[in-house]
Amino acid sequence: MWTICRKELADHFGSIRFLILFCLILMVALVSTYMAATHVREALDGVSKPSQVFLLLFTTPGKFFSLVQFIAFFGPLLGIIMGFDAINRERQYRTLGKLVSQPIYRDAIVNGKFLAGVLTISIALLSMMLLLTGMGLMTVGVIPGIEEIGRLAVYLLVSIAYVSFWLGLAILSSVLFRSLATSALAAVALWIFSAFFIGFLADLAADAVRPVRNPRDPEKIVANRRFADASSLVSPAVLYSQATSTILDPYRRTRSNLVLTGPMERLSLERFQRPLPLDQSILVVWPYLTLLAAMTLVCFGLSYVVFMRQEIRSV
Amino acid sequence: MAIIQTDQLTRRYGRQTAVDGLSIEIGERDIFGFLGPNGAGKTTTILMLLGLTEPTSGRARVLGFDPARDPLQIKQQVGYLPENVGFYDDLTGCENLRYMGRLNRLPEAQAPALIEEALSTVGLEGEGDKLVGAYSRGMRQRLGIAELLIKNPKLLILDEPTLGLDPDGTNRMLELIVSLRRERGMTVMLSSHQLQQVQRICTRVGIMIKGKLVALGSLDELSQGSPGDKARPNLEEIYMRYFKEA
Repeated sequence: MWTICRKELADHFGSIRFLILFCLILMVALVSTYMAATHVREALDGVSKPSQVFLLLFTTPGKFFSLVQFIAFFGPLLGIIMGFDAINRERQYRTLGKLVSQPIYRDAIVNGKFLAGVLTISIALLSMMLLLTGMGLMTVGVIPGIEEIGRLAVYLLVSIAYVSFWLGLAILSSVLFRSLATSALAAVALWIFSAFFIGFLADLAADAVRPVRNPRDPEKIVANRRFADASSLVSPAVLYSQATSTILDPYRRTRSNLVLTGPMERLSLERFQRPLPLDQSILVVWPYLTLLAAMTLVCFGLSYVVFMRQEIRSV
Repeated sequence: MAIIQTDQLTRRYGRQTAVDGLSIEIGERDIFGFLGPNGAGKTTTILMLLGLTEPTSGRARVLGFDPARDPLQIKQQVGYLPENVGFYDDLTGCENLRYMGRLNRLPEAQAPALIEEALSTVGLEGEGDKLVGAYSRGMRQRLGIAELLIKNPKLLILDEPTLGLDPDGTNRMLELIVSLRRERGMTVMLSSHQLQQVQRICTRVGIMIKGKLVALGSLDELSQGSPGDKARPNLEEIYMRYFKEA
């Protein structure tokens, strides 16, 4: 398994498409952090006692988008690009038959490729974050506290899991489809759907299941919104962006966008406007993290099972 | 001891029977020619012998191991060259060999010597540092054999080793196979439908048609009762006779 992993790693780092994509992501990320850094001042306007300023670097949208949004949108592309031809490239070059007739277990092939992909993703994301942290230090001059570093570390882990999900999905499609183009298109189609169209679908589903007949009835509206929110969680992109925005923003204390509060509750909420500690933030999004990890494992497990059962003769 | 032994080996795909009750035995240092038209079940048989496909019924033993239960032991000692073998074209010949060596857990320190030896055995000295993408078809096929040799196998299973080679390439391949048996004592099982070549080098022959083994034995044994010159058995005539019967 390590042998395969080692070769795949070498392939990844040597491949031109990976370098191009990485340069692109790096460039955009640098730009977005720069924009964020120049907009932090505006974001802090009117805040009496700013805390955790450093995290704002990653979450402030600047002119276009924040780094976090950017990774949520384009991280999947990184995973897909590294996985979409994992198995069927070996088929196309007719090396799969040779590979499975070596004294290795068949699962070592999938494992090795997945592991190499995860390692590459980790290295890419980690180096990107370190770069941006360094840039943030220089432009803003704020030194991150322990808790902020902790939050960024958790964010990094979640991001790796998220991109790994797409890697697993891409590997699955590379096992299922013989042709490289079909496999890439299938994975990209799923990505676009879950990133851009899931919102519409969730609205549709919510209107069908919990229709709002009377637009003045708050109960109905809330039920409708809740259902839409819940059903859009099917998409890993939504899961990820909600989970990470909670982790990176200590002032968010609920997963739900919509909370019905009475006057007294509102009063108490306003009195305790203090950031949540890190462990509480994690606790808030724990179900999301579990779901994300589960989806990654399901994808990986599926490709594993399909590959183990596939006939080798049609290689 | 028989190197390969199968007993009523059968494989069905849905209603179609790819291999039907195959019983063969291949002894040590045989060069066994496995003949038959396309789609006769030769490749399926080979895949079952390597444990890459499960038989529907029947048993097989390769080097004393059951392929369905201990495929790894078999794969360690058997070199399998698939039909139209592929390589990583963006790596050099040596790098391809080194990767295969690692997959076979050869000690890193010995690898360069083993690779050098394998390359010179197949006549690819000095070509190891070229990208495989630049190799000719004959060179690729010989590199495929070199990949098998680095693990010093007891048994070679070659699926259509001479398919698509020019006459010179074919000759070199056949001579290579014969010399491997003579000098290293390897047993060879090769599948082919190019009869003259099989006739030249094989010690024993099995003819498979539509999943059934219709003939098994040495050339002399098979030629008995066939028309033509008894002193010079002609595999092509034998083959056509069985083919028409089936």
